[in-house]
Amino acid sequence: MPESIGNIPIQLRVNGKSFSRTIEPRKLLVELLREDLDLTGTHVGCDTTYCGACTVLMNGAAIKSCTVFAVQADGAEILTVEGLENNGELHPIQKAFGDSFGLQCGYCTPGLMLSALQLLSQNQQPSDKEIRKAIAGNTCRCTGYQNILKAIQVAAQNMKGA
Amino acid sequence: MLAQLGDDSKLLAGGQSLIPLMKLRFANPTHLVDLNFIPGASYIREESGILRFGALTRHAAIETSAAAGKIPILHDCAAGIADVQVRNRGTIGGSLAEADPSGDWATVLATLAAEVRCLGAKGERTVSLSDFIKDAYTTALAHDELVSEVAVKIPPKGSGGAYLAFKRSAPVYPTASAAVQLTMDGDVCQDAAIALGCVGLTAIRANDAEAALRGEPLTDKTMLRAMEGSRAAANPQSDMRGSADYKRTLVGALVKRAIEIALRRARGEPVKVGHVYA
Repeated sequence: MPESIGNIPIQLRVNGKSFSRTIEPRKLLVELLREDLDLTGTHVGCDTTYCGACTVLMNGAAIKSCTVFAVQADGAEILTVEGLENNGELHPIQKAFGDSFGLQCGYCTPGLMLSALQLLSQNQQPSDKEIRKAIAGNTCRCTGYQNILKAIQVAAQNMKGA
Repeated sequence: MLAQLGDDSKLLAGGQSLIPLMKLRFANPTHLVDLNFIPGASYIREESGILRFGALTRHAAIETSAAAGKIPILHDCAAGIADVQVRNRGTIGGSLAEADPSGDWATVLATLAAEVRCLGAKGERTVSLSDFIKDAYTTALAHDELVSEVAVKIPPKGSGGAYLAFKRSAPVYPTASAAVQLTMDGDVCQDAAIALGCVGLTAIRANDAEAALRGEPLTDKTMLRAMEGSRAAANPQSDMRGSADYKRTLVGALVKRAIEIALRRARGEPVKVGHVYA
């Protein structure tokens, strides 16, 4: 049997910044983000591809970063919750979640906002049903779904024409 | 490469089942070979009446493909698997190669003329879907082979299908599912294919239910016989998703609903469906 292949060098862009790291092939993307890059806004909830707390965008697509190996993000463009704001100005989705009380404990919020961002980048005027489908992979254990739906509607309004 | 790495090595496609299984220690591969960097393995092509899907085509790509939309049952399946995040990573080839008894693709493709192209060091071969899925988590793939393509014959005019899965929430596997493809000649059902998911070790073709419809007009009576045939064909196990009796009843109801939608689609009516949630 061949020897272990050892650590692997990768390069990726996270929130617009380039990073090079040499990592164990078994490391998950969420571990790279949290432990190596100190981006602890991306949370680990269930660690079994259910809850969506670890959702980030990889090349514009929402993914569960606990279910992707970090080496698979080699060459990718990642967006985490820390990359939503722009020079201290909250992203319209962040603002809408705050204004609409779309969060309680906040644990699921980063993942929900990134799922919302993928939706709103493809569909500027989503129906309630479309929003529900888009966030079906994000669990809120405070069960604050009504205000989360409201927040995404408000964000859609505010992002129109932006 | 797989031959070199030994029997305990595994291929990694979308990873949406394999990575969770590894975390739970149900899978313990010594080596993983990541297929995701292979160029040109994700495509949807229509060629002389056949739709060809590259093995690494993501569910999300099939969900949004106009070509795949020509076979509505494929769209039902792709758009209903788990959630957005999983559909952005998971692949049709990976789903078939895993052969999970609760997987959606094997159930849906069992109602269509589908073939799986297998590629290995010794060459290429094409296997019909029914020969490809051998048992739960078991396929016709040799250890040094992989799925390179899934080919689906586009059903004739007058044919319509629907796939319905009943789920407790989006990210979980369905409790039961039903795929129906009907080919109508006026009011008479010329051909019917009915496959049941999550109620056996593999997707189950409900032969008696199909026979009840074939050559008959779709009346309440023939529909009832198809439901009964489906319930009898199901071989579910009691688990945390429900008792065997419950799943048997459920699968009959799903078949009925899927027949109704398939019929409307066969008549050319566009019908949107989503999975049913508890």
